[in-house]
Amino acid sequence: MTTPLKVNRIGLEPQIYKGSKTTLCAGCGHNAISERIIDAFYEMGVDPRRVIKLSGIGCSSKSPAYFMGGSHGFNAVHGRMPSVATGALLANKKLIAIGVSGDGDTSAIGIGQFVHLMRRNLPIVYIIEDNGCYGLTKGQFSPTADLGSTLKTGVVNDLPPIDTCALAIELGATFVARSFSGDKKQLLALLKAALAHRGTAMLDVISPCVTFNDHEGSTKSYAYAKDHDDPLEELSFVPFFEDISVDYEPGSTQEVTMHDGSKLYLKKLDEVFDPTDKIAALSRLREIARRGEFATGLIYFEPDRDDFLAQLNLIDEPLASLPPSRVRPGQEALDEIMDSLR
Amino acid sequence: MPLTDSALQEEHAAPRKQRVVNDFSLQVATVNGSGSQTANLVLLRSILLMGVPVSGKNMFPSNIAGLPTWYTIRASKRGYTGRKKEVDFLVAMNPETAKEDVLTLEPGAAVVYDEPLKLNALRSDLVFYPVPFDKLVAPVCSDAKLRRLVRNMIYDGILAKLLGIDLTFMDKALGRQMGKKAKAVALNQAALKAGWDFAEANLTKQDPFALEPMNLTAGKILIEGNQAAAIGCLMAGVTVVAWYPITPSSSLVESLIGYMKKHRVDKETGKATFAVVQAEDEIASLGMVIGASWAGARSMTSTSGPGISLMSEFTGLAYYAETPAVIFDVQRVGPSTGLPTRTAQGDLLFVAVLSHGDTKHIMLLPSSVEECYAMAMEAFELAEHFQTPVFVMLDLDLGMNNWMSDGFEYPTKPIDRGKLLTPDVLKRLGEWGRYRDVDGDGIAYRTVPGDGMPAYFTRGSGHNAKGQYSERPDDYVENMNRLARKFETARRFVPKPVIETVAGAKVGLVGYGTSHWAMIESRDQLREESDVKTSYFRLRAYPFDDHELAAFIDAHERIYVIEQNRDAQLLQLMKLDLSPERVAKLRSVRHYNGLPIDARSVTDDVLSQEGYEVAERNGRVARAGMTGGE
Ligand SMILES: Cc1ncc(C[n+]2csc(CCOP(=O)(O)OP(=O)(O)O)c2C)c(N)n1
Ligand code: SF4
Repeated sequence: MTTPLKVNRIGLEPQIYKGSKTTLCAGCGHNAISERIIDAFYEMGVDPRRVIKLSGIGCSSKSPAYFMGGSHGFNAVHGRMPSVATGALLANKKLIAIGVSGDGDTSAIGIGQFVHLMRRNLPIVYIIEDNGCYGLTKGQFSPTADLGSTLKTGVVNDLPPIDTCALAIELGATFVARSFSGDKKQLLALLKAALAHRGTAMLDVISPCVTFNDHEGSTKSYAYAKDHDDPLEELSFVPFFEDISVDYEPGSTQEVTMHDGSKLYLKKLDEVFDPTDKIAALSRLREIARRGEFATGLIYFEPDRDDFLAQLNLIDEPLASLPPSRVRPGQEALDEIMDSLR
Repeated sequence: MPLTDSALQEEHAAPRKQRVVNDFSLQVATVNGSGSQTANLVLLRSILLMGVPVSGKNMFPSNIAGLPTWYTIRASKRGYTGRKKEVDFLVAMNPETAKEDVLTLEPGAAVVYDEPLKLNALRSDLVFYPVPFDKLVAPVCSDAKLRRLVRNMIYDGILAKLLGIDLTFMDKALGRQMGKKAKAVALNQAALKAGWDFAEANLTKQDPFALEPMNLTAGKILIEGNQAAAIGCLMAGVTVVAWYPITPSSSLVESLIGYMKKHRVDKETGKATFAVVQAEDEIASLGMVIGASWAGARSMTSTSGPGISLMSEFTGLAYYAETPAVIFDVQRVGPSTGLPTRTAQGDLLFVAVLSHGDTKHIMLLPSSVEECYAMAMEAFELAEHFQTPVFVMLDLDLGMNNWMSDGFEYPTKPIDRGKLLTPDVLKRLGEWGRYRDVDGDGIAYRTVPGDGMPAYFTRGSGHNAKGQYSERPDDYVENMNRLARKFETARRFVPKPVIETVAGAKVGLVGYGTSHWAMIESRDQLREESDVKTSYFRLRAYPFDDHELAAFIDAHERIYVIEQNRDAQLLQLMKLDLSPERVAKLRSVRHYNGLPIDARSVTDDVLSQEGYEVAERNGRVARAGMTGGE
């Protein structure tokens, strides 16, 4: 007897959402993130033909080849994926974009483009696979390395880290989260919520580099991440197409409705925290960092701001597929222009 | 032998009798930010309306207000619109530069000047017209704040009287310039009249320069190259534009935005069929263009040398990944502060091979505003046909100065998006590979996200014909050879050179872009003044037409390569395509002082290299090959 094939809500099998075999190191955090991305797109029933995967350069930036094989991908140049993603979405606003970057790709060479992507609130799921070092060039510090953390060689980092989440909130991203590649449940819920959001969804995912930054003294190792992960809330995500009601005690849980109608339930853990309050979000990040821990979960959320494409007042169809008759003005337009110059 | 100063003074002390009609250049020296541009454009257009061929060039500083600027108008009955080296008629409004401006004039020139500057004491071989501008402006304009602007219109009135421009032409030009602003028109008309009346009552015409109506400008437009290129982009159906402001290219995108808002907004919905993004820098501009082209949009950016430098890495990616991109490079002089608002042809060599690895790029080389328009459209066709970056190389002279032209023709060629995979093509091919050369021209079929056709993963150097990741040496070599094949296909596809072979000419002139205007005038000078016949070869695109180039060199004894940079970049680039015997025939004429190249500099340089003795001008003798200008 053959078991019926497992399919998602648009009738596609899980296999379709996979990519080619990873070439990253066994145990690399980036691989776990790829798996969660596959799960999220499958479970949300996203059509791979509408998806574009973009990345810069680095081990992390290689990973879009390892998920969603039926989608177009673009491995750009180091630190410049945001501009390529922006252009692609301008060309076709119906596409669903996921960008994968590294902490070096984003916070060093790419900080300028990162800043402006966040500012524009471009509709994209932007993932930083954050290992505090440059994996692909063999383990140098990146700007997200914490003060006092050490390289394998014993070199100590004496510059303060860039907190990409704080920066993203400050700059105008409308969905900002942090997670850990080892936290399957939280990461999956956040990825699905990011897909349900319209605007920039920025996820900084601590993703240990087993080869260069998983030793004692590193603050981005598996052991350190497990010990210092401080979840802000317990997350449950209910997609718009599932009719599930969640019972919760009033006051203990915040219900958030996403752009596409999906619901996100945030069960408070320690203190009362409202992720739609920008100032509270920033100070909470700081407080937890001061304790030597890192906050995970949905840190900041602003559901209603117009995204960049909406602001441009573009025609409904993708610009890329407008027929010549709609993009080349007629003879009378040229005549009018010529007359104005005589 | 050059004439001595005293001989000159004697000769020109008395007013010249011979009238010089419709053949002189007039320079207005002002301070930037003083609002003289309106007056200059009114003057320019009124000469055009008289039917006299005219051109206008602005030499301006990199500054918003307070530094000297010179606007030069050339009227030429023979239709020469390149820069004329000598200034025949000066309007000295800037106290800072007035003395030097007067001292560098050729004997016999005329000077209208602000009376308090007392310039007439400086020389006795010029004609001086003192004008009390402040006294004249006060009764015309009660608002003290506006006086500084209105003063300029007074010199237009003076010039109209002195040169013989009927005020009706001036009024008409003023109307065009000011549009429907009735109050402003009236104020400026009064200023024109005040100038005219003053000149009529107080100035006696002593210089020989005059304008008389002709009929050589019927239907002509006046336009800047950047604006012409913008119209080309509009008609090419560009949909995504990303840019970062930089002189001298900003006005290209700025005028494009104006045209798009007017002609590319959907009438029913009020929504745009285009997107323009002012990016954070030129790296991001080109990144956006590449992303947009990759996703199927017609996309472009516009910049100048500093931006091109920043675009280097992305250009290489687009070349290897085979993504269309249209990049306008409005060339200017070198880096950082100093001469960013001066013209040059300094990016040619750099752009030809921009980026690391084995890269070479298509460049279009317009020399006229008409070609800016046509080549803008052509650039999009080529970029999509060849799936590669295409650079359109303007320069500041072409992009930002006012040129006369016939009206532009509506495009006759339908828009062609190049080899995009469709279900029909896929059926014909059987199997598709993103980088498979199925037609033997080096150009493969591409798909774009969202088109329902097979997806692929786009990368730089490492891929095989199927578009799969590969670091194999044989895959790399195969791909590089195909890219070279594609470039050779482009060589036969890009705009052809313009060639004029003259029977019996031993000398050939080769150049591109704005050098054209100096070259055609210089050819007349060489023939008429020194009996040197020349043939002409103007390159309009890179890769060069090597067959035509070789044939032209073979047909002549000496070839002068004329260009506007120090290091003979065009000549260096030509060498790549030529045999040593042909290279040996090449000589170089270079002009690189930040001003547009002029015919006299070319003529002097060519003659001195031909062994003629060349007269000293402004105390300097042309040095063979490296005058650097004046
Ligand atoms: C312009 C440029 N400079 C330097 C490099 C070399 N380089 C490749 S990957 C990389 C760092 C990647 O680090 P990160 O983004 O943190 O990704 P990881 O490999 O750690 O996942 C660098 C510096 C490059 N590819 N391009
Ligand atoms: S070097 Fe580090 S980041 Fe790169 S694949 Fe290996 S474990 Fe991952």
